[in-house]
Amino acid sequence: MDIYLDHAASTPVREEVVQEMMPWLSMHPGNPSGSHRLAREARRAIDDARDHVASLVGAEPGNVIFTSGGTESDNLAIDGILGLKGGKALCSATEHPAVLEPVRESGGIVAPTDKTGRVDLESLSNLLDSFADISLISVMMANNETGVINNINTIADLISEKAPEIMIHTDAVQATSWLDIAESSKKAHLISLTGHKFGGPKGAGALVLREGVKLSPVIRGGGQERERRSGTQNVPAIVGLGEAARLMQIERPKINERVTELRDKLENGLIDKIAGTSRTLPKETPRTPGIAHLCFENIENEALLFLLENQGIYASAASSCASGAQEASHVLQAMGVDLKTAGGSIRFSLGQATTDEEIEHAVTVVPDAVDQLREFQK
Amino acid sequence: MTRVMVAMSGGVDSSVAAALSCENGDEVVGVTLKLWGGDSDSGCCSVSDVDDARRVADSLGIEHHVFNLGDDFDEHVVAPYVEAHSLGLTPNPCIECNRHIKFDRLMNRAKSLGFEKIVTGHHARIVKQKDDTFRIARAVDEAKDQSYVLYMLNQSQISSLHLPVGEMTKDQVREKADSLGFRVATKPDSQDVCFITREKGRADFLGQRIPLTPGRVVDESGSEVGRVEAIELVTVGQRRGMLLAGGKEPRYANNIDIESATVTVGTPDQLLVEQTEFRNTLWAANEINGEFLVQTSAHGKPKLANIEDNVLTWNEAHSIVASGQSLVFYEDNQVVGGAIAV
Repeated sequence: MDIYLDHAASTPVREEVVQEMMPWLSMHPGNPSGSHRLAREARRAIDDARDHVASLVGAEPGNVIFTSGGTESDNLAIDGILGLKGGKALCSATEHPAVLEPVRESGGIVAPTDKTGRVDLESLSNLLDSFADISLISVMMANNETGVINNINTIADLISEKAPEIMIHTDAVQATSWLDIAESSKKAHLISLTGHKFGGPKGAGALVLREGVKLSPVIRGGGQERERRSGTQNVPAIVGLGEAARLMQIERPKINERVTELRDKLENGLIDKIAGTSRTLPKETPRTPGIAHLCFENIENEALLFLLENQGIYASAASSCASGAQEASHVLQAMGVDLKTAGGSIRFSLGQATTDEEIEHAVTVVPDAVDQLREFQK
Repeated sequence: MTRVMVAMSGGVDSSVAAALSCENGDEVVGVTLKLWGGDSDSGCCSVSDVDDARRVADSLGIEHHVFNLGDDFDEHVVAPYVEAHSLGLTPNPCIECNRHIKFDRLMNRAKSLGFEKIVTGHHARIVKQKDDTFRIARAVDEAKDQSYVLYMLNQSQISSLHLPVGEMTKDQVREKADSLGFRVATKPDSQDVCFITREKGRADFLGQRIPLTPGRVVDESGSEVGRVEAIELVTVGQRRGMLLAGGKEPRYANNIDIESATVTVGTPDQLLVEQTEFRNTLWAANEINGEFLVQTSAHGKPKLANIEDNVLTWNEAHSIVASGQSLVFYEDNQVVGGAIAV
């Protein structure tokens, strides 16, 4: 039995999404920028998808920029605003590298977080007082490793009170399955998301702008996406992204309820059965339902993941580098978790496809694997 | 069926070792270690070596994993390497990597995961003795022999190890890789220290980590005959790069004094010693005294010496051995032990 508990890395593509995409892979040759009928068909397909994404985020369809995914959306938000307005970008220390790297590279500011990995409002306020040239602040809605949730609207209130001219970007990639994005990103100016984290295909994402927000393009060429992202659109993937967005808007409350129950069952089961196991985040921390992030005392996560894989359980630790090796987590580091504890942490991430049987099986298998490793240490 | 973990570096030897393990009917899993996060000749984090190993594993139809032992590598290999240079010693990082990483951390990891043996692509053999103990022996291809860097292995480690390419010549290894269509069949052998790039070199690597001290070069009488830019980069036995003015005969560094930043040079005659002291002795099985062949560097020619109480007495005067180098003791072509030169 294959038990996929790595939905935060990528989700399976939903069957309904595959069905919507198929004709655009096999039958329709048109380029959406063209003028004849076949081109117009493709154009209509991506504009339908655009409507679905706009509705999900509570934005105007004309403000949805299709990209290749979360990383490109984040890069476009940061480089696009800095390119137009100049100044500095600021982000939190627990951001995804897709935000951290462009912020660092452009000489921006990385703000500390509290022990849960959330933006610390007091330090943010101090940084706003110390730097007059900040033009963009990027804060993720939900963290990809721990699932901890930042309240973007509260952060936006603080920022607009002190410096209303600052643009606020939120990487909502990990939040799309779990939060009402329209409401949670109401006060943000730019919102990143990507299809493959909520049942869509890899290779299609979006950067959504609030009305009136302007940026300079990063990819230049034929002027697609209203001059903001050139290049022929990936029609089948965008169609899939649109369908996934449509389904998510309808089904989110139901999925949330079910997955929360499964996540709690997994966490409680493993904590009960395995001595020295704890939640990385306190239980009551605002966090998405999809992630059970646990620390196992005296365990090396690389070894545990290996044994779990042999038992058909696929999870992950922090993030992987280009070589495929597990890297020390910059998120846990920013939270002040010591290296040894962090080295024994595992992220089990659940999704719409996760079943009750899978969680029950995981709760019986993981303890045996931990036992095997601890037995050897003796 | 034996469950084996093959340590795959992405080179031709360990690729063929993996193939031979598969042909042997073993249950094989390939593992590549991510050891160094900085620049290397195969890109950051050695990504291209990992790719090579992964593609070979793919073509063999075996699972392939990457283990990140970078912190251990920094602690047990890189930091001691840097410290040794700062003390004027000549370290051997490949030996420390084998000692602490491959045959300690990785071997323990493999056992904890239920593997019976680990397999590496080292050119060396394992030979069983009459008393059922094991020894590491020289490879069939003597020019490629790596028994020197495996001297630290004890009985438990050797009995959990398989070295399939030690029975083959390098040409045979490459032919085998070629016949299997491996992309690494013609990949050049790795050279030098894996965490130092050919482009930037040792001076740059050490210069970023420790202060480098300019030093004087003097002859036996104490008169200054040259200068070096960094005393920490000089190795006993070195001839080049010491700006010696004049002199009819070639002269070599025969002593390095870090405190006074002084290198003493001498003629080849002055480089010879009767005895070499050593420390940290390890034996393959039992401690033995007597006459052995002793090899003092990875590709050095072994010379006869008598071993007694942490001192080697060379049968014929021997070039001085740089402090920090490993001395490996052979009986015929088998490793019986080894130590570190004082």
